[in-house]
Amino acid sequence: MKILVAIKRVIDFKTSVRVKADETDVETANVKMSMNPFDEIAVEEAIRFKEQEKANEIVVVSIGPEQCQEVLRTALAMGADRGILVKTAHTLQPLIVAKILRAIVQQENPRLILMGKQAIDSDNNQTGQMLAGLLNWPQGTFASKVACDNTSVTVTREIDGGLETLALTLPAVITTDLRLNEPRYISLPNIVQAKRKPIQMVSIEEFNVDLSPRLKILKVKPPEKRRSGIKVATVTELVDKLKHEAQVLS
Amino acid sequence: MKTLLIAEHNNQELKSVTLHALTAAKTFNSSIDIIVIGWQCDAVIQQATQLSGIQQVLAAQTEEYTHQLPENCAPLIADIVKEHNYSVVMATASTFSKNLLPRVAALLDVTLISDVTAILSPDTFVRPIYAGNALATVQDLDTIKILTIRNTAFPAALLVHQSPAAPIVNIDKNFSNDLSHFIKQELTQSTRPELTSAKIIISGGRGLKSAENFKLLESLADKLHAAVGASRAAVDAGFAPNDYQVGQTGKVVAPDLYIAIGISGAIQHLAGMKDSKVIVAINNDPEAPIFQIADYGLVGDLFKILPELETVLSK
Ligand SMILES: Cc1cc2nc3c(=O)[nH]c(=O)nc-3n(C[C@H](O)[C@H](O)[C@H](O)COP(=O)(O)OP(=O)(O)OC[C@H]3O[C@@H](n4cnc5c(N)ncnc54)[C@H](O)[C@@H]3O)c2cc1C
Ligand SMILES: Cc1cc2nc3c(=O)[nH]c(=O)nc-3n(C[C@H](O)[C@H](O)[C@H](O)COP(=O)(O)OP(=O)(O)OC[C@H]3O[C@@H](n4cnc5c(N)ncnc54)[C@H](O)[C@@H]3O)c2cc1C
Repeated sequence: MKILVAIKRVIDFKTSVRVKADETDVETANVKMSMNPFDEIAVEEAIRFKEQEKANEIVVVSIGPEQCQEVLRTALAMGADRGILVKTAHTLQPLIVAKILRAIVQQENPRLILMGKQAIDSDNNQTGQMLAGLLNWPQGTFASKVACDNTSVTVTREIDGGLETLALTLPAVITTDLRLNEPRYISLPNIVQAKRKPIQMVSIEEFNVDLSPRLKILKVKPPEKRRSGIKVATVTELVDKLKHEAQVLS
Repeated sequence: MKTLLIAEHNNQELKSVTLHALTAAKTFNSSIDIIVIGWQCDAVIQQATQLSGIQQVLAAQTEEYTHQLPENCAPLIADIVKEHNYSVVMATASTFSKNLLPRVAALLDVTLISDVTAILSPDTFVRPIYAGNALATVQDLDTIKILTIRNTAFPAALLVHQSPAAPIVNIDKNFSNDLSHFIKQELTQSTRPELTSAKIIISGGRGLKSAENFKLLESLADKLHAAVGASRAAVDAGFAPNDYQVGQTGKVVAPDLYIAIGISGAIQHLAGMKDSKVIVAINNDPEAPIFQIADYGLVGDLFKILPELETVLSK
């Protein structure tokens, strides 16, 4: 079985994000970038399938600028076999990303697609579901447990009330939640080895997908700051404040 | 202009989250229909006819819709939107709508705007990005607008029973699903209020140190009729079930009172609770970032403070 994993390069989750003074975007110059954490979980899950001999090839794909090579190299160092970089200078909306991924799926014919449930920059939580819809494949979103056999995959999903388990006929799209696994650390020899693994570069124009945005970003603003509060010294003082000052306890 | 609201329910009752989307739908000044997709869900359909401001209730019931899986519900909704010319489709952002609506959008070939916190005009919306560290104002250029709205940004519509009740339109469209099969649901049983509608939330983090200790929060919550929440670290460590998680990738809440106990205040956690009216932080590290957004901070050992708090509240 071939697995395709879609990975996005995003501002590192430990970085505090600042809005640019002209309110057009957030500051991305000289900011640390890394693989979307959910995508790291997707890569890890794919590698585990390969280690269990349920998959024989893992292809990782990223859409974005030249520097996306770095996140592809990270995935290759973790254990993916080869990478595809779809080069574009534009930031793309989920539907366009899903259409490009569909074109890649048609070339590569994977049986399973693993993606993150959400990218931590735009927080859309859409692309996997859209791709599944475009392909008319089943979808297992927000997965915290996945088990696969030759014809189907069983997915336990984190939902608002608890957990839900579904069986999906292959081929299928799965999006990862935080508790699916803990991604491995990359060893130095693996980083060296990953340099020899192939990354194919394609230009986005080759896909014949309409790239015109359906969404215009008019403005990006920082959120309103909360006014700073006070420290209380004792439990009695706290309860008194909550009752009489904030009036949230009766 | 016509708006289609997606009802969230479990075949027995309408979930209260739907009432938040109803409030948001009313800002469009268009007629609002609601669709109930399910099986043996007449009670839900009846409830929907009673919602104030609803023009029609579309009822799509067949056994194949029992678990409301997106593989057949998405093509059903897309089909109805085209046939009945809806220009807005909306639901409250939840794991249900986030699973379903992107698939609907893809089938209709339109964009979807997730987690809307303000509707500025019929095509211009505000949504948080980067875990709420920035707010983007976006203009949707598609003719059909599909939105999920944040429950914390729009209050639940009041349940005033409208009379006469809205008429029911039966939808006889049978989309089958041989792609996915429901196996089971394991729902967290609780007598406490739901996290997303609770007035008070007591939330615990890694500082609680064990599942056993986490129960200390539950007895306090019962005293205050509060819901219990958790940080990701507490869920990962197995102190609390996954549906307790508050944050960027968990639930977004804005109760009147949020009490964070043994939670450091990582941006991913703050993203889910910083719009709470009053925030209390209890932590033994005076430098913990949670204190920067807390209205009332109490520095100290939670294992001493919790029993004291119970005693003071019992007086
Ligand atoms: C300030 C700002 C301005 C913007 N302006 C525009 C604009 O004018 N026009 C425009 O079209 N877009 C614009 N965008 C970008 C756009 O909003 C999102 O980046 C894009 O929609 C992708 O959404 P997401 O990553 O949140 O998707 P999600 O659905 O949250 O991503 C889920 C998963 O999809 C996969 N995935 C997503 N993107 C990629 C990718 N590039 N490569 C590989 N896999 C991927 C990953 O597996 C990821 O985990 C802007 C964004 C910002 C923050
Ligand atoms: C992609 C991604 C998504 C994420 N999404 C979320 C999310 O949705 N929600 C979320 O919560 N996190 C999320 N996180 C995790 C987040 O970054 C933090 O790791 C997490 O919130 C930390 O949880 P915590 O505050 O309980 O633990 P810690 O950071 O370990 O804090 C524990 C706190 O307890 C205090 N403490 C310890 N003992 C005591 C005591 N005896 N008395 C009083 N105080 C004590 C300590 O001083 C400390 O401040 C996400 C991370 C990533 C990478």
